[in-house]
Amino acid sequence: MSTGPAAPARTPAPGALEAFDPAARVPVNKAYKMYVGGAFVRSESGRYFQSRAQQAKVEGGADPEVVNLPRGSRKDVRDAVLAARNVGEGWAARTAYNRGQILYRLAEVMESRRAELCASLERAGREAEQALREVERAVDRTVYYAGFCDKYQALLASFNPVAGPYFAFSMPGPMGVVAILAPERPALLGLVSTVLPVVVAGNTSVVVAGSEDARTAMVWCECLATSDLPGGVVNVLTGRAGELALHLAAHREVAAVDAWSDDPALRAEVEREGSGSVKRVRTHGPDETRQMGSDAGQGLAFIERFLETKSLWHPVGR
Amino acid sequence: MSGEIDRVEKGVAHEDAGAPLTEAPASPPALDFGGAWDYAPAPEATDHVHIAPRQQLFVGGRWVAARSGRHFDTVSPGTEEKLAEVAEADARDVDDAVQAARLAYDRYWSKMRASDRAKCLFRIARAIQEKARELAIVESMDGGKPIKESRDVDVPLAAAHFFYHAGWADKLDHAFQGRAWRPLGVAGQIIPWNFPLLMAAWKIAPALACGNTVVLKPAETTPLTALLLARIVEEAELPPGVVNVVTGPGATGAALAAHGGVDKVAFTGSTAVGKTLQRALAGTGKKLTLELGGKGAHVVFADAPIDQAIEGIVQGIYLNQGQVCCAGSRLLVEESVHDLVVRKLEDRIATLRVGDPLDKNTDVGAIHSRTQLDKIRRLVAAGEEEGAQRHTAPCALPTRGYFFAPTFFTGVASSSRIAREEIFGPVLAVTTFRTPEEAIEKANNTMYGLSAGVWTDKGAKILWMAQHLKAGVVWANTYGKLDPSSPFGGIKESGFGREGGRQGLLEYTEVE
Repeated sequence: MSTGPAAPARTPAPGALEAFDPAARVPVNKAYKMYVGGAFVRSESGRYFQSRAQQAKVEGGADPEVVNLPRGSRKDVRDAVLAARNVGEGWAARTAYNRGQILYRLAEVMESRRAELCASLERAGREAEQALREVERAVDRTVYYAGFCDKYQALLASFNPVAGPYFAFSMPGPMGVVAILAPERPALLGLVSTVLPVVVAGNTSVVVAGSEDARTAMVWCECLATSDLPGGVVNVLTGRAGELALHLAAHREVAAVDAWSDDPALRAEVEREGSGSVKRVRTHGPDETRQMGSDAGQGLAFIERFLETKSLWHPVGR
Repeated sequence: MSGEIDRVEKGVAHEDAGAPLTEAPASPPALDFGGAWDYAPAPEATDHVHIAPRQQLFVGGRWVAARSGRHFDTVSPGTEEKLAEVAEADARDVDDAVQAARLAYDRYWSKMRASDRAKCLFRIARAIQEKARELAIVESMDGGKPIKESRDVDVPLAAAHFFYHAGWADKLDHAFQGRAWRPLGVAGQIIPWNFPLLMAAWKIAPALACGNTVVLKPAETTPLTALLLARIVEEAELPPGVVNVVTGPGATGAALAAHGGVDKVAFTGSTAVGKTLQRALAGTGKKLTLELGGKGAHVVFADAPIDQAIEGIVQGIYLNQGQVCCAGSRLLVEESVHDLVVRKLEDRIATLRVGDPLDKNTDVGAIHSRTQLDKIRRLVAAGEEEGAQRHTAPCALPTRGYFFAPTFFTGVASSSRIAREEIFGPVLAVTTFRTPEEAIEKANNTMYGLSAGVWTDKGAKILWMAQHLKAGVVWANTYGKLDPSSPFGGIKESGFGREGGRQGLLEYTEVE
């Protein structure tokens, strides 16, 4: 039995009954699933939810389409973390050039699916023009990060002039599994802006999609699945942020959490939960989320946040 | 097939190497000087050092008594004698200090030219050099570390940290790839007892260089050199309140971290306290740096220069009586050289001189406190109970003071307490491995990730190991080296943030 919110009755809005055309083709609706380990999966809990924007539409009577999305559970979190951890070493070991190629491929796939991404944003209430701008920006940001894969090392590594006969240098490396609580809005650009810098840095990720328009997140996952990104590098769960974020923040295999939420109580709770295993927790409020659409929503700082500096010393001698 | 025969033959040879000394020509016996090389006492003169019997707080550029009027004793672990009474700051004193720091930030430090801030730091660096011997003596008296170390490591490095960061103060626009940056404001800094002056320098120098003001809380048991540093700050004529020092127990540190006027908290200490602190700061928006515990793995391959490795191992675990967060407290030895390494290590620790921290010949000084000594004894007892074989240096220990003879264990199971828990004492756990992969798995099998060491003659293997070791610092064919230009800090439960280098500046700035 579902513990999710009761599904709204499929009662047509006034006037809709008259408009029903018995000769029209009935379209095939898609069942949306979470993206874990490169596969599309239901929640093991069997729970579901209907995103808020969708419900608003139903209540307003403008669009009676209902989309059920899996309401991820603690077990789903564990499965996703395992998937992310298992591919972590392989992803980090790929050459920076190869990671850049893969992200560029993702941009190509997103560009070719522009119409679908736009339609999904529009169905969740975005104006057509805004939706197009968001998708274009998301594609461009993907290209931006594709080109960063083999650059940040040169900017952040250092040769350390230590006072002794040693060759000493410091290099940035991935933290491991990074949990991301994606912002509610913008649904697509928010995902792209938070997930890509993390994986550019060689981390793998478990992402909780914003619940307002989680369907768009799943459409984006279809882009990931058809790009060359290895399964498990990005795992996307849907469900209640408050529930999943705390499981992620408490999980010992998760090295870091990037929480974008307008709810200060949730942000504080994530920080508290993360302290049990000395997690690197970054939280961001609405002020930062609002900058997502501008150039301030991308940059070296986004990559640097989830890098770990390792210093190496070796004696110099004959 | 011939390859297999070769291996068998090598195996036989290896067993010979592990046999008793007299029967192993490949493994020469240790040099034995009998009693001919006993050292006469060579105590460092302390007559020129005066420790005021009653120490005050340094707040807003003035020396003040604690508001409560309370004091606590600081004791020399080498003699168990009381050195001084130190003011016990409570929340009110902390509030005074934070307000003084805020005022200093608003009124002076953020308004001064960066090049002038730099010159203030250069002055401090110079004064540390000028007062180096006094600082070293007080450090050894208050903390129990050998004068050799405080004189040659702690104090010179503390001066180096101020020199290094002084230079950054007016070059920060170059530090972040052209990105805009700003200081954070007031930093509350809580430091441990194992490197009292050095940790104060690690905390204060980058904070001031980046334009912040600070309130420093030294460890309860080792406040004296931080107070001497405050005196240097005063004599260097820094604006009042830029550096404040409040002494007291853990509660003083907790009050500092919790104070609403603090923008940044930097803590070095145990993982348990670090977690509590991180939890307490959740939701406050304060920036936090944690430099916590460690259980460093020291990996020695068969192709390593063994004699040099032995020196590195000894440095790694017996420096400062092993009370070092980045100590190499787990030794992983490739199986084929295990017996040789153990033999040489046993010989080497027999030559370590344990005793008076102020004696210039002392290699291993006093354990920091009775509590710490008890903890070390408990864990060593646990090691014996768990079936590991104990090897302890056959040395006489002074009758007064807190001392523990250099010790290592062989036959240690990865699951045992001495292999997993941070002992923070001169106790090493030795295990073996057969392949680099196994070494990595064992080395990384810990909640900590601060430091690691690798010893091998093969360059490619060093880099492969360095890539796979989960640690913030990797020393290859050396161990325990520190430098202000080299970022230091941990991963996993060893904390987050870096100290030193360009990377360390990020902890005291907000960068776009």
